[in-house]
Amino acid sequence: MAHDAKMLTGVMDATDDVIVAGPSIYVYEAPVRLWHWGNALCITILAVTGYFIGSPPPTMPGEASDSFLFGYIRFAHFAAGQVLAVAFLARILWAFWGNKYSRQIFYIPVWEKTWWKGIIREARWYLFLEKEPYKYIGHNPLAHTAMFAMFTLFNLGMIITGFALYSEGTGRDSWQAKAFGWVFDIWPNSQDIHTLHHLGMWVIVIFAIIHIYAAVREDIMSRQTMISTMISGERQFRDEREG
Amino acid sequence: MGSATETFYDVIRRQGITRRSFVKFCNLTAASLGLGPVAATQMARALETKPRIPVIWMHGLECTCCSESFIRSAHPLAKDVILSMISLDYDDTLMAAAGHQAEAILQETREKYKGGYILAVEGNPPLNEDGMYCIDGGRPFVEKLKEMAGDAMAVIAWGACASWGCVQAAKPNPTQAVPIDKVIRDKPIIKVPGCPPIAEVMTGVISYILTFGKMPELDRQGRPKMFYSQRIHDKCYRRPHFDAGQFVESWDDESARKGYCLYKVGCKGPTTYNACSTVRWNGGVSFPIQSGHGCIGCSEDGFWDKGSFYDRLTTIRQFGVEATADQIGLLATGAVIGGVAVHTAATAVKRLTSKHDPHRRNDQQ
Repeated sequence: MAHDAKMLTGVMDATDDVIVAGPSIYVYEAPVRLWHWGNALCITILAVTGYFIGSPPPTMPGEASDSFLFGYIRFAHFAAGQVLAVAFLARILWAFWGNKYSRQIFYIPVWEKTWWKGIIREARWYLFLEKEPYKYIGHNPLAHTAMFAMFTLFNLGMIITGFALYSEGTGRDSWQAKAFGWVFDIWPNSQDIHTLHHLGMWVIVIFAIIHIYAAVREDIMSRQTMISTMISGERQFRDEREG
Repeated sequence: MGSATETFYDVIRRQGITRRSFVKFCNLTAASLGLGPVAATQMARALETKPRIPVIWMHGLECTCCSESFIRSAHPLAKDVILSMISLDYDDTLMAAAGHQAEAILQETREKYKGGYILAVEGNPPLNEDGMYCIDGGRPFVEKLKEMAGDAMAVIAWGACASWGCVQAAKPNPTQAVPIDKVIRDKPIIKVPGCPPIAEVMTGVISYILTFGKMPELDRQGRPKMFYSQRIHDKCYRRPHFDAGQFVESWDDESARKGYCLYKVGCKGPTTYNACSTVRWNGGVSFPIQSGHGCIGCSEDGFWDKGSFYDRLTTIRQFGVEATADQIGLLATGAVIGGVAVHTAATAVKRLTSKHDPHRRNDQQ
């Protein structure tokens, strides 16, 4: 698209008006995109293996020494979980180095009026009450809230309960038990933690459905790119009007 | 029941037990506590020289299964060990004295051994109606319990009742039965959960206190680490079938006959901390899983309220109906997919109709 600088003035982000020039804006830096897709892969593996850990596949034939199916399913779950946890830590670190959009998912600006107004307007957009959505460089306020709730809070909850459950196998003297054993103070019977962790999987499945639907829909309906931005990091806008 | 100044060794020698048997017992107990050969010598010395600890054994709301288990300790000196090692001054189900005579012993012990006796509690106190659901010696049990705990050196919570509440504290808990640590707050409490606990675990805990003169190391939930730091699952002899993915699907299938893992039929071994899969029961004869039935998790907090003993996924009651996480999750996922489909359709309709709107501001190319 052959935009000139004039066409892109008045583009809004979540916090204030910024004036940008150029055909597209580099929003999501490489580490953020790598984390996003790595996270997506881990969550897929975790959800599938997690489902099987709750409801194992049919019995394997032969001697016990012939197969290690359930062991491999659990191994994949634990491995993906630890990769997800390390990636989450790395993602937090990147928030210190990265651009302002890399910090967006770690807080919601509840003290800002524009953000509240943005949420209402986005909600109205999804309820077909708005003719068109605003343009945003980073996440729109509604998406921003969803990302904060899921990728920061919920992800952390799943990591904590996950490591607490993992510590049951590694033993009471392991670092996992020392770091996450306090979870058993809240739920002394770990069966409860299993149940909550398993319910958490369904919350993530539901989130993934809405997340993918919203991304595809916005890619088609909004005035800016979505899916290509998740891959290239570049955001392009389809019109030059303000707001 | 004997003077508390007598040592355990004095008592068993008087009863005609040989020194050889005594040393054997020390070795076995030290081994079951996970201690080395030096500890066996220490234990022998302690039992030869230290006066027996007075023990008061009280019964609240309970079924006496802990006592039944305890008196069946399988060590060679079973009855002698249990009844000689400690000076069991009061236990209303075992003692000969009754009524006022028995009550007098409580007061006597409390005064004579102030701060020096162990209070072993089987069962728990109900708090509803000022404790009237458990009257013991004409008074609510909760009052007696607090009184005796006040002057005790330490408190042992025998079984799931005293430790967690067990069946009488299961929903809806009409008597408001509570574990003893809810009413005894100023004394160290050793929780020895299980319904009942394993006899050797019970005698092991007492042997440890007597030998070393201190409490065993406790875990985060107040249980002795030596018996409760690993899950049934971690030491289960059927574990290879679990890792291989070989499961019993129903009670009469081929897998059940072959002795496969009971995970899918609700075995709670993976979430239960106890020594059943190593110490076993009835003198090491067997334990539930070895007998073909899953672990029901009887030594875990609130095990009655964790859904069926025969389902892997716990049913959740908070949603009004009983359903597993998968049933709830699938329903919610289906609803969301439906919602997304409707929203997609609405979006498509809106887009098609707005194409004909002459006032449309959007000027997409």
